[in-house]
Amino acid sequence: MSTATHGLGQADQASPSRPAPVRRARAPRAGVGARIFNGFSHLFLVVWALMVIYPLLWVVMSAFKGDSEVIREPLSLIPSKLHWDNFSRAWLGGHLGSFFLNTVLVLAGSVTLTMLLGSMAAYALARYEFRGNRLIYYMFLSGLTLPVYLAAVPLFKGVYNMGVTFPLLGPNKHLMLIVVYIAWSLSFTIFFMHSFFRTLPDSIAEAAMVDGASHTRTFFSVMLPMAKPGLISIGIFNVLGQWNQWYLPTLLMQSLSGEPKHQVISQGLIELSVNQGYRSDWSGLFAGVTMATLPVLIVYIVFQRQVQSGLTAGVGK
Amino acid sequence: MRHGVARFVTGFLALPVALYLFYVVWPFVQAAGYSLTDWGGYSDSQHFVGLDNYVRLLSDELIRKAFWHNVFFLVTVPLFTIALALFLAFLLNVGGREDRAGIRGVFGSGFYKIVFFFPQVLSLVLIAVMWQQIYRTDGQGLINGLLIKIGLVDADNPIAFTADPEPFLGVPAVLWWLLFIAVWSGAGFYMVLFSAAMQSIPKEIYEAAILDGAGRFHTFFRVTLPLLRDTVSVAWVYLGFIALDMYALVFVMTPSQGGPNHASEIFASVLNFTAFQKGQYGYACAMGVALAIFTILLAAVQLRITRRERIEF
Repeated sequence: MSTATHGLGQADQASPSRPAPVRRARAPRAGVGARIFNGFSHLFLVVWALMVIYPLLWVVMSAFKGDSEVIREPLSLIPSKLHWDNFSRAWLGGHLGSFFLNTVLVLAGSVTLTMLLGSMAAYALARYEFRGNRLIYYMFLSGLTLPVYLAAVPLFKGVYNMGVTFPLLGPNKHLMLIVVYIAWSLSFTIFFMHSFFRTLPDSIAEAAMVDGASHTRTFFSVMLPMAKPGLISIGIFNVLGQWNQWYLPTLLMQSLSGEPKHQVISQGLIELSVNQGYRSDWSGLFAGVTMATLPVLIVYIVFQRQVQSGLTAGVGK
Repeated sequence: MRHGVARFVTGFLALPVALYLFYVVWPFVQAAGYSLTDWGGYSDSQHFVGLDNYVRLLSDELIRKAFWHNVFFLVTVPLFTIALALFLAFLLNVGGREDRAGIRGVFGSGFYKIVFFFPQVLSLVLIAVMWQQIYRTDGQGLINGLLIKIGLVDADNPIAFTADPEPFLGVPAVLWWLLFIAVWSGAGFYMVLFSAAMQSIPKEIYEAAILDGAGRFHTFFRVTLPLLRDTVSVAWVYLGFIALDMYALVFVMTPSQGGPNHASEIFASVLNFTAFQKGQYGYACAMGVALAIFTILLAAVQLRITRRERIEF
């Protein structure tokens, strides 16, 4: 560990971006205290980085181990042989493939529509005065503070009754989950986009209206494109939030009449892990966790700037 | 014109409001109604019992326990996460060398920021499933295995982690182990948040401080931290919400979802247990309403306390 720290420190010293002689002249002034502090910083940061990476790496690597190896050599990071069959077993036998498909199907609809409906509502609330405006806005806001568990049984009953009339909106249906996700994501989406639309200048909307654009057209062709940075942030937020959602699907994607459940990924994994005690397919579980984790991590690493600013902007507002 | 506006606003709001009313507001209203009944959740028999459920709440031993556990998380999750995140952000931004341009961030801070943020993009469920394996109570767990190997822990008597109800500093050990995961997963996110806020503080303020002879510690505690006040208080409010929602961790990681022996019960786990295992749905709704009131009060208080005049720059 200390060598790693040392290595980083040296890399810094050898960094070509700053001219060496100047720095050497400055080095004594920096003082021993500053150096010790610099070393300490690196040490602590490396330790924390290891604490984050090591468990992740351990899960990924364990996914490649054979079952006996997981038990015999639980700690080793390097599997003796790459057991790709864990993945195919989790994908087919553990139904991870269908979890993925369900999740993607649901998210394709729910994220798109959340963004569309959320920004439409936020726009109307942010830029038009009418009676009941505040009431509707606070109604949406209050959803941020209420515990979802409280609504569980009435929500299930509502969905169940809906399913009697409209089978596609009943329990265990993709369309139903899409609609429920939209409803439950509206609060934050409206909250976020509301403050965003408020900051857009009035003059451009007015100019568009003077040019004869209708309200609707002004929104879709002028204001919505201008809100693109906000849309990206809230889009990322909703993708991650809905991908990671587990309580609503566990509640609503239940099979009532014995047909196969259309589980989404988090729900499926939780059921795999809670039932694990009976089947003890450890390497399969690790493979499942890996497959659920990697896409999110890869998306994050590729778009890390947008993801970080998107998620932190959500708090900063 | 006026008419056009009304039609436009109605058109834009109708669908979102309808969905929200049906799937979010209506269930909550119904739950509040059920909280005044003795409905079991499955049968058709329900009687109006007034505020009986709420009176019962006050004397319920399990609820009292869960309430204090909630309070524990409410205090510790923000406290430890923010402290660690500030510390990490401090190291990242001030840990580097000093030169004429002031104090630099450490080398590789971009890399650290990416890595520390990892847990934030994973769902709490994935984190819980992952940590379940790390916290295993036999030699196969990451921590126990490591400690047994280097001889710090006896193989016959491993760390029990989330199966350990023994109190530590007056609080069941299982809660501390859950707290650790919450801090582990949250610190990176808030570090990035604080780092961004630190970088938006204008350089001139630092230069002035350095001219006045302030070292990096002084600069941090006397200049940076006060200017971060707003961000820190927003973070505190958000972490408060997260702390109330530790249910995913309790659900996946503790024996019988709130165990062992109710040592890790929180409001949400008692609520679920009461509603779905004990079949006392009306009573569970009263818990939910109490929790919602508590949450809203808390949010109001926090907003009140943390609202202060802003320093514009």
